[in-house]
Amino acid sequence: MAPASVRAAQAQPSADRRLSTLVRHLLPSSPRRTAAAASADTSSATLESFPTMASQGSSAFAALAQAPEDPILGVTVAYNKDPSPAKVNLGVGAYRTEEGKPLVLNVVRRAEQMLINNPSRVKEYLPITGLAEFNKLSAKLIFGSSSPAIQENRVATVQCLSGTGSLRVGGEFLARHYHEHTIYIPQPTWGNHPKVFTLSGLTVRSYRYYDPATRGLDFKGLLEDLSSAPLGSIVLLHACAHNPTGVDPTIDQWEQIRQLMRSKSLLPFFDSAYQGFASGNLDKDAQSVRMFVADGGELLMAQSYAKNMGLYGERVGALSIVCGSADVAVRVESQLKLVIRPMYSNPPLHGASIVATILKDSDMFNEWTVELKAMADRIISMRQQLFDALKSRGTPGDWSHIIKQIGMFTFTGLNSEQVAFMRQEYHIYMTSDGRISMAGLSMRTVPHLADAIHTAVTQLK
Amino acid sequence: MAALSRAASSAIRRPLLAPPRLQAARAMASSLFGHVEPAPKDPILGVTEAFLADPSPNKVNVGVGAYRDDNGQPVVLDCVREAERRIAGNLNMEYLPMGGSIKMIEESLKLAYGEDSEFIKDKRIAAVQALSGTGACRLFADFQKRFLPDSQIYIPTPTWSNHHNIWRDAQVPQKTFTYYHPESRGLDFAGLMNDIKNAPDGSFFLLHACAHNPTGVDPTEEQWREISHQFKVKKHFPFFDMAYQGFASGDPERDAKAIRIFLEDGHQIGCAQSYAKNMGLYGQRAGCLSILCEDEMQAVAVKSQLQQIARPMYSNPPVHGALVVSIILNDPELKSLWLKEVKGMADRIIGMRKALKENLEKLGSPLSWEHITNQIGMFCYSGMTPEQVDRLTNEYHIYMTRNGRISMAGVTTGNVAYLANAIHDATKPN
Repeated sequence: MAPASVRAAQAQPSADRRLSTLVRHLLPSSPRRTAAAASADTSSATLESFPTMASQGSSAFAALAQAPEDPILGVTVAYNKDPSPAKVNLGVGAYRTEEGKPLVLNVVRRAEQMLINNPSRVKEYLPITGLAEFNKLSAKLIFGSSSPAIQENRVATVQCLSGTGSLRVGGEFLARHYHEHTIYIPQPTWGNHPKVFTLSGLTVRSYRYYDPATRGLDFKGLLEDLSSAPLGSIVLLHACAHNPTGVDPTIDQWEQIRQLMRSKSLLPFFDSAYQGFASGNLDKDAQSVRMFVADGGELLMAQSYAKNMGLYGERVGALSIVCGSADVAVRVESQLKLVIRPMYSNPPLHGASIVATILKDSDMFNEWTVELKAMADRIISMRQQLFDALKSRGTPGDWSHIIKQIGMFTFTGLNSEQVAFMRQEYHIYMTSDGRISMAGLSMRTVPHLADAIHTAVTQLK
Repeated sequence: MAALSRAASSAIRRPLLAPPRLQAARAMASSLFGHVEPAPKDPILGVTEAFLADPSPNKVNVGVGAYRDDNGQPVVLDCVREAERRIAGNLNMEYLPMGGSIKMIEESLKLAYGEDSEFIKDKRIAAVQALSGTGACRLFADFQKRFLPDSQIYIPTPTWSNHHNIWRDAQVPQKTFTYYHPESRGLDFAGLMNDIKNAPDGSFFLLHACAHNPTGVDPTEEQWREISHQFKVKKHFPFFDMAYQGFASGDPERDAKAIRIFLEDGHQIGCAQSYAKNMGLYGQRAGCLSILCEDEMQAVAVKSQLQQIARPMYSNPPVHGALVVSIILNDPELKSLWLKEVKGMADRIIGMRKALKENLEKLGSPLSWEHITNQIGMFCYSGMTPEQVDRLTNEYHIYMTRNGRISMAGVTTGNVAYLANAIHDATKPN
């Protein structure tokens, strides 16, 4: 027979018992709790207003508020719910064919078949650092196979979960091992960057990047802001095809940025999500990165194969850290393992195997470059068509930025009101910052988009 | 000694000498990371590294918990091969939602909570696809840190070494609770119940649902009931790590018994599931994290918050493994093939446990080896000391973790006698 106290406790309804015990965890006045709610970007729901809190309390998470939709991925969610046959999804940056379908590259299909048909292939755990062959080939792809950093074994490369995972692992590494914990990110940047780095343990600041007046680069502002950054600060750079603006520095501007950064010992952290996708040429799109490597300095590089190999959901990417010496690279790699192991132990096998299969075979590599160029060319052609369509409609404003910007996205310059209007009236979905994914356009849908922009711009100022 | 130093030395790479002009440039610039210390090797994964580097023809890997067939070869299940045939060429590789594959999650919940679970019907379970068991535990640990910042986690002694890393990196303070009883090589049930009673009310506990790693020691059904009862009294939160469902007894339903007991008792549990071992999907990183909530609305809220944790870590989980899991579990024929194959793996391991014990007894070992067949799942906690383990490695090229944990999945009819001989040699009283 249980002791009296236990029996008495059991006589109470369980909900009340748990509530009374756990409510001290859930006091809304706790600063950390508020911070947690704030970091979830909760604009509507607060802990105090969560409906079931008063009535039910037996759960440890009773007071938890629902997080809002991710601003980028949420666009697709909304698009999917829309029953209109005229709907167009220009939200998330995933390539679509002229028919509006997702594309698996032929060379990827071939690689996958080779893997499936090979009976000796197994599914064992990869090492913590991932598939070694994939890592070497990825480093060569971005840095160039004749890169001195690679020749001298100064590059530590670890396979990670696409670009996001590479950024996160790099951020965590820097928070643990680098003396400066501030990272400067361009204004604007991919919506997920601030969260990734904040959760890594870094402080996020921004540097000027986009000039709304010219819809181009605010180069003066960029140089000023990087000049005034504390020595040794980390600086996030989009290697090419800046997301969301599509505005890239010229080669000369990159050289000036490089000189400034090296003179202030600013640590470059490159995000390369579009190598080959921007210009259609892999080497051209890697120029900015290679410039920094050529001067012998150190840097971090997050690579993604989501877009350029169409491997999106397979989550294939790599983090490379170019170090001052091979000895440092060995130690750095060992520390990267300590970040990865408690996160997910080792990275997923399938996508990396496909990439390695393609990159190491010169025929398949060439086939890939052809398919990649075709995707880049289709996007460039969509840019031209949209520009021409707006011109022919006499839409007010200078729309040349559509053909000047590069890569998957165009920063249209539309404001959030206009964006909402286009969603309502024309069933066109884009992120509220006016970013459109050119990859989501086709010859068929360009006129519809041009009409929508025209109406939005003329009716709503 | 020789094997170990060769293995160790192969891991140390000598820096290449740079060409003269770059050498000069390098000498001027020091590395921003020059102060970075070399990290210690992972105690489990480092074993396989050393094993691979060993050239001895007699080497045996009973380190990492990855299944091997009786020829010592890794296995890809037939049901998996068939699922992959259906995937290749037919499906695209689009991003999954942040929370992962809905189909995979649905099937995973049925496995853990029961086909006809009322909680599934009532949509009370917040669940997301995770990066295998590690990823599921990490998402939960990060979630715990964010929403219950005053909480800590009670972790059994011993446990899978990475558990400590996970909650540490999530910055959730950890405590341990008594679990293993070295003298009997079984469960220290009294110690366990004591620690449960003494923990502050409302504590979070990590429980291995079945086939405890590394000891192979599980509570009996009756003991689980008592634990569950005490958890109710103390209002503790049970978080189950289930990495071996199906692998322990050969029957997934049976292996989920502990979880079902807790659910019947009205606990609101958290659960990390992995398909690494039971579907042989190791490197595909397929798993699921679920949290049973008060009601559907809360489940929606909790899921949304879990997604917020996943988004800045990897955005969305890998699609391939999820497709394999959902194809297999959704197709009655493939599912039944899978159940057969899981049972086959579990049975082989149970057979090897018997064989190892019999071999040791045949060698005349005076020690008790009952625990080899009493323990369950992939691992046997042999009771060997680190020094004895080192002897096995250095003299016999047998690789295992230094806590004396043997991965029975690495034992075959071909090496069991050799293994028994080595163990006997290292443990026999002088």
